[in-house]
Amino acid sequence: MTYCAILPVLDDDDREFALDDYEGAQARWCPGCGDHSILTAVEKLLVAEQLKPEQTMFVSGIGCSSRFPHYLKTYGFHGLHGRALPVATGIKLHRPDLDVFVVMGDGDCCSIGAAHWIHAIRYNMNMVALLLDNSIYGLTKKQTSPTTPQGFKTNTQPFGSFLPPLNPLTTTLGTTNVSFVAQTAEWVPAHLYATLRAAYRHPGFSFVRILQRCPMYTQGMYEEAVKNPAMMELLVHDDGVTAPELDRVYKNRVQHDPSDLDAARRLAEDMGHIRLGLFYKNEGRARYDLIRKVQKVSASDRMKLLDAELDHYAV
Amino acid sequence: MTAVIVGAEPQSLHAPTVIQRPEHTIEIVSDAGEGAQKCGQIFGAVSAKMGNGVWTVEIIPAEIQPPPRTADGASGNRIRIGTNAITNWGDETNLVVAFNEQVLLGRHRLGALASDAIVLLENSWATNPNPETRAAWDKALAELSAQSYRIIEVPMEQQCLTVDENPRKGKNMFVLGMLAYIYNRSVERIEEQIAYAFRKKSQEVYDKNISLLRLGMEWAAANLDFRIEVPTNPPAEALVVMNGNEALGMGALASGMEFGAMYPITHATSVSHYLAEVFSKFGGILHQAEDEIAAVGSAIGASYSGKVAFTITSGPGFALKTEFIGLAVMTETPLVIIDVQRGGPSTGLPTKVEQSDLLAAMFAEPGDAPRVVIAPSTIEECFHAVVTARQIAETFRMVVMVLSDANLSTGVQPFPRPQLKKEWFAPELDLAPVKEGQRAYEWDDQMGTSTRVIPGQPGGMFTVTGLSHDERSKVAYGAGIHQHSTTMRSRKLAVLQQTLLRPTIHGDQDGDLLVVGWGSTKGAIEEGVDRARAEGLRASSVHLTFLSPLQPGLKEMFSKFKKVMTVEINYSDQVGDPFITEENRRRGQLAMLLRAQTLCDVDCWTRVPGEPLRPGFIHKAIRDAVAAAGARS
Repeated sequence: MTYCAILPVLDDDDREFALDDYEGAQARWCPGCGDHSILTAVEKLLVAEQLKPEQTMFVSGIGCSSRFPHYLKTYGFHGLHGRALPVATGIKLHRPDLDVFVVMGDGDCCSIGAAHWIHAIRYNMNMVALLLDNSIYGLTKKQTSPTTPQGFKTNTQPFGSFLPPLNPLTTTLGTTNVSFVAQTAEWVPAHLYATLRAAYRHPGFSFVRILQRCPMYTQGMYEEAVKNPAMMELLVHDDGVTAPELDRVYKNRVQHDPSDLDAARRLAEDMGHIRLGLFYKNEGRARYDLIRKVQKVSASDRMKLLDAELDHYAV
Repeated sequence: MTAVIVGAEPQSLHAPTVIQRPEHTIEIVSDAGEGAQKCGQIFGAVSAKMGNGVWTVEIIPAEIQPPPRTADGASGNRIRIGTNAITNWGDETNLVVAFNEQVLLGRHRLGALASDAIVLLENSWATNPNPETRAAWDKALAELSAQSYRIIEVPMEQQCLTVDENPRKGKNMFVLGMLAYIYNRSVERIEEQIAYAFRKKSQEVYDKNISLLRLGMEWAAANLDFRIEVPTNPPAEALVVMNGNEALGMGALASGMEFGAMYPITHATSVSHYLAEVFSKFGGILHQAEDEIAAVGSAIGASYSGKVAFTITSGPGFALKTEFIGLAVMTETPLVIIDVQRGGPSTGLPTKVEQSDLLAAMFAEPGDAPRVVIAPSTIEECFHAVVTARQIAETFRMVVMVLSDANLSTGVQPFPRPQLKKEWFAPELDLAPVKEGQRAYEWDDQMGTSTRVIPGQPGGMFTVTGLSHDERSKVAYGAGIHQHSTTMRSRKLAVLQQTLLRPTIHGDQDGDLLVVGWGSTKGAIEEGVDRARAEGLRASSVHLTFLSPLQPGLKEMFSKFKKVMTVEINYSDQVGDPFITEENRRRGQLAMLLRAQTLCDVDCWTRVPGEPLRPGFIHKAIRDAVAAAGARS
């Protein structure tokens, strides 16, 4: 997909990119960590969409998942805990020609960075935001996160997590100007990939919550769901996320029109089911990056304008 | 001596006495929202245009609409004009126009007024139907009579009612008319200025303002027995006149930066107000972020991905930005941070001046996070500081802090029109492929400098990180690599320091006392020094623009004086205060720095009055310090 660029995109670029063009350092996540399959799906997307590595930007915060950019061979910005979105906002405003992906964990996005999350949804700039949600603080070794299930024992809440978990889907769907909300799971690679592709192709802020297992600290949290597809429900629709190869395995299917925000909110509210699919999509939302787009001004025009500014203040 | 009260009836059948003065300080004070500030701004701008030296400051209450008729709700403008250049707000006010007796009382109690000040006071309150108001008037005038002010009652409201049924809405133009008469200002220029000030309003509003202006002039001509002449000295060179925040904003335009981010905070916000109007014409984006952290974060994101970006804030906002500043240092992302300082700590004195962010600007960060700190000392320097900051940030891949303050931000002063240069602009992005084997940080082992790679450059796909890293930006925790990378990030400051010039001394190169200042106090310090020298005291001063790194030659310079003393608007313990000893005394922020860097016994005279330092107070401090130096030698 090409974007209106502040800089001319080379038309005669006939390079073809293969998987190893996107592979960075050897991933150092724990064996069995869900991050591995997400990385694989993202690399597959980069190949499929033939994104130029130098025009592709992965921004992350701090946490296990935020090591993500190191394992890719694109431009990467591994920043502060909770603050991936502001950095991405600055990059996208100044360099709309770049394809921007943001990778956050649940503590990163839903706790310390919650303010930025809400506002990034409202800005609705064209980027993909991935919430790698393993319901726990992993890097700091098992503390309760905002999405930790109530009663789940951690090192900071050893008698069980005190409160019901925050629901990232309803939070996102409840925010003004929301334009794309999907949920997928790292253990359903076909659905994960299809969701990433839909998110990338959506012109706006695409929020994808990826349910994820942590083999160290939340063993068993999704064990039943992984073993028993009957516990899962797929949201399906012609405008939704489709992965035909899942039809035989995932029998629970709900027809959901992703343009129906009320229905999306109802489906997201019910936490009794694990629902994968596209909850909401609206390409007509206001986009801050388009609204704020500026024309390039040459140095000599700048001089003239500056001179005129000084004239206002001339004695 | 009791105040002289002049009635509202026409008095002067004779030609008015013309009082000649080399300088005069005028204040216009009202309740908030009555337009005293606008009146003062126009008067200041017109005076500058006519060739007077000018320095204006705003008198700002902390609330948008504090209760009316209260002593601490005074809002307005203070304009010091002179025949020659005026570099600071001066000492006491010579002429006050007050819209009610309570705001006047507020200024009186602050000691803002000269004992022989002329006061033009709205007198409708004396006959107000509310007996409490009348009683307050009587009480206030009794208190004011303790000073020998010359109080002239002016029926402002009664007069304004002849033009507009809402006198609150035009009294300021009537007052402007009185001042135009008293100081013989060009009516044509005032009308021009009114047209500009009200350019977004209708012709009707403009016409009404002009009627009120003329009414004020006529009333003054018919009723006042004096005029004041501060001879003008039209400048040979082209000047511009603006406040420090406009100068900072214009500096950002002149630097060629294209992205700035902010969150509303006094005193920084008016820079953004200015840029919000004009920046997009220059191809720039001013992003109002969701909070201070997001503001600096988005500026870092923009800067990392292209041209150097900036963020604008004030003390509390700066505190919130510190973690991100560390990230910019660690990733060597160039960044300009403008901090318009105010009184602190915490929310502190939001509308008042202080210079208390110096050490925070330099050191607020866990870990070693060297950065450049520069402090403009005049409105003109506000403009140039941003241009310089952008250049240093880019050249050294560093964070550059620009410390302005509330004195500069609202101070208005004419200065030579900048001669614009294309070289000031950030160069266009070069997205050429990086050379084979390029590393993310190719540190020059001597200088610590390296070439920046930005997204879009083929072959340069690095992941920058706030983690300790090697030259390839690979996470590396080894002791050797951390020592080396920390050295490289620090070395750049030393390299920059070697390019700086020795600061210039104001006065003799040796003597009894050297006053050292930084930031907005320059004009007041130099005026204090000049007065001391006129008395024969052997005092000089030096003003530092670079605080990190410090300019060279200070130790040698200090050795030529018996005593060295900083003058700053920040807190220090005063010698002789309870419990204060030489050992536990907390000193001014620059004094601490200079003592550490030069091993000289640098003393300090600092105050936190919430207002700019007056040259008269500095003069007295210099006298005391010279006497102490003499006694010691």
